Amino acid sequence: MREVAVVGFTQSPSLRREPDRNEIEILIPVIEALRKQTGLSSKDFDFVCSGSSDYLAGQSFAFVSGLDAVGAWPPVCESHVEMDGAWALYEAWVKIQMGYADTALVYGFGKPSMGDLPLTMALQLDPYVMMPLWPDAISIAGLQARHCLDAGLMKPEDMAAAAVRDRGHAKSNPYAQVKGDYTVAQILAEPFLVNPLRRSDCAPISDGASAIVLAAGDRARKLCDRPAWIRGIDHICEPMDFGVRDLGRSRSTEIAAEKAGAGRDKIDVAELSAPFTHQEILVERALGLSAKTKVNPSGGALAGNPLMAVGLSRIGECATRIWSGEADRAVAHATSGPCLQQNLVCVLEGN
Amino acid sequence: MTKPATAALTAPHHLSYTYKRSLGKVLSAFFTALRDRRFLGIRRANGSVLFPAKEYDPDTSESLSELVEVGPTGIVTTWVWVAQPRRQQPLAHPFAYALVKLDGADTPFLHVVDAGSESKMATGMRVRPRFCDVPKGAIDDFVFEPA
Amino acid sequence: MSAKEEQASGPVMVLSCPISLDYAYSAGQSASRFLRAIAEGKLLGQRCPVDGRVYFPSRGSCPMHGVTFGDDAVELSDKGTIVTFSIVRVPSQNIALPLPYITVNVLLDGADTILIHVLDAKLEDVHMGMRVQAVWKPREEWTTSTANILYFRPIDEPDAKYETYKEHI
Repeated sequence: MREVAVVGFTQSPSLRREPDRNEIEILIPVIEALRKQTGLSSKDFDFVCSGSSDYLAGQSFAFVSGLDAVGAWPPVCESHVEMDGAWALYEAWVKIQMGYADTALVYGFGKPSMGDLPLTMALQLDPYVMMPLWPDAISIAGLQARHCLDAGLMKPEDMAAAAVRDRGHAKSNPYAQVKGDYTVAQILAEPFLVNPLRRSDCAPISDGASAIVLAAGDRARKLCDRPAWIRGIDHICEPMDFGVRDLGRSRSTEIAAEKAGAGRDKIDVAELSAPFTHQEILVERALGLSAKTKVNPSGGALAGNPLMAVGLSRIGECATRIWSGEADRAVAHATSGPCLQQNLVCVLEGN
Repeated sequence: MTKPATAALTAPHHLSYTYKRSLGKVLSAFFTALRDRRFLGIRRANGSVLFPAKEYDPDTSESLSELVEVGPTGIVTTWVWVAQPRRQQPLAHPFAYALVKLDGADTPFLHVVDAGSESKMATGMRVRPRFCDVPKGAIDDFVFEPA
Repeated sequence: MSAKEEQASGPVMVLSCPISLDYAYSAGQSASRFLRAIAEGKLLGQRCPVDGRVYFPSRGSCPMHGVTFGDDAVELSDKGTIVTFSIVRVPSQNIALPLPYITVNVLLDGADTILIHVLDAKLEDVHMGMRVQAVWKPREEWTTSTANILYFRPIDEPDAKYETYKEHI
């Protein structure tokens, strides 16, 4: 295996609505800041890979315009996934492992505020027996939440506590959208948005973008004093049918974590991309995190949720803590699909 | 950070089209039965019955072919209450999305319960289907109501 | 038996799945400036700070170099040169000309990127290098839309030399 590290990370602030900039205008400053941070120009990237969703923009092939922020002349080696940028990072990591690249630029971007996001998410469901009923994403997550509550796997207080923790941590994150001091009692006093979920159980809707630079071996050491080495990364998918899945645990996260070697050593920091409080608890359990791990120091997805970039940002938030020496070992998580259907786990180390 | 933006022009954009999806053998049988107000599951190698019927076993990817009639009544295994339905959703008044396990099936599936009010909903409650006047062979030909 | 009755009794073979979503689309900074200018009858391009090429229309950054354009806009003429063309015989929406019509790639004077539009001319007359000019809607109908230009029409100017547009074919 080649040594591959995260050596650069930039992001836009997560905003509920970015009415005056289009996706590319949100992305351009992020890529420009990344060039400045790493001292690399677009020509220095052997591979470019992005994650976005055309349905968020309501335009086919909307992702192609993302390249305008990168510069594609002379022509570049490029790929795209219709998934969170964390999966684009996985593809870039594979490309580097295969020896086709030594450096890669990875980015994710999305502007869900243009549409009705929970409803747009219905289009990711089975098109024969689920999508025609137009179940919105909050309702789908709510079915899982009630299952967890009914089965005694967690209590509403546990869910509220996840929101309280993340919003508190997000106070020190200038890019976060939902932050501040809250109490469990305050959150439990909120009316239901979709019973059993309250607004605070749901990640915000955020417009935003983020970008990462990967580099191999000595190239990484030159670019970064303390590169965040990717020591394990995997992603695992479950069937979509809710009927054949155990909605009370995240088996795919468990398997991805095991394959990535998350539990082989202490975990100083974990950044989770679960967009609902009950899902955050399920992911935390699946990763086997102990009280010694600082979970979501950035606030996680519940504090800022730029769809298609939020998972990539979790990897970036872990990397910045490795660079600074705040953490020696960190675990980042990204998710895709209804009810944590598909999960990616990335283990980063400073040594 | 970025320089302040001036107000951008905005315009409404409506995206609308109709996919025509070919069904294949198993789903054709499933939807044809629905049009006849019957529910078809399919037997897996371990003997359990998957509903809705699918061409393959989601765990083992084995092909499946033994159709089994299930329902029409069943129980709610989990639910949410939609107080403010959206334009596209199946009912204009408040309703529940639920996972419903039909009698004779081993897997619950996503559907709609028209219960009238949230207080009528409970995990474990029994439901029965109410079909529209002229079923066309689609998953939205019916909704459930408390049995 | 009618097709409809047959459908009601034979096996269901096809499922119709309608998609219907509403968006509030934002043009963003660069396209908004471009569209506001076109409402005034002005065609605005933007210059790449790296190689000086003028992009029309511009999305705010240079797709070749990935750099942001400055705030300086370049006003372009509504005259240009046909770089390439095609005859269209299948119907399309929102086209101001009857079938068959000519679709053209126009290199506006002062621009370095092509504009795809339609040409009102005899089919046998159109050729590469032909000089053309935009025909606008009546001024009172102008809005923030590229539809302010109905189509292009040939003008009485000598053909442009091949060297002046060969890069854009």
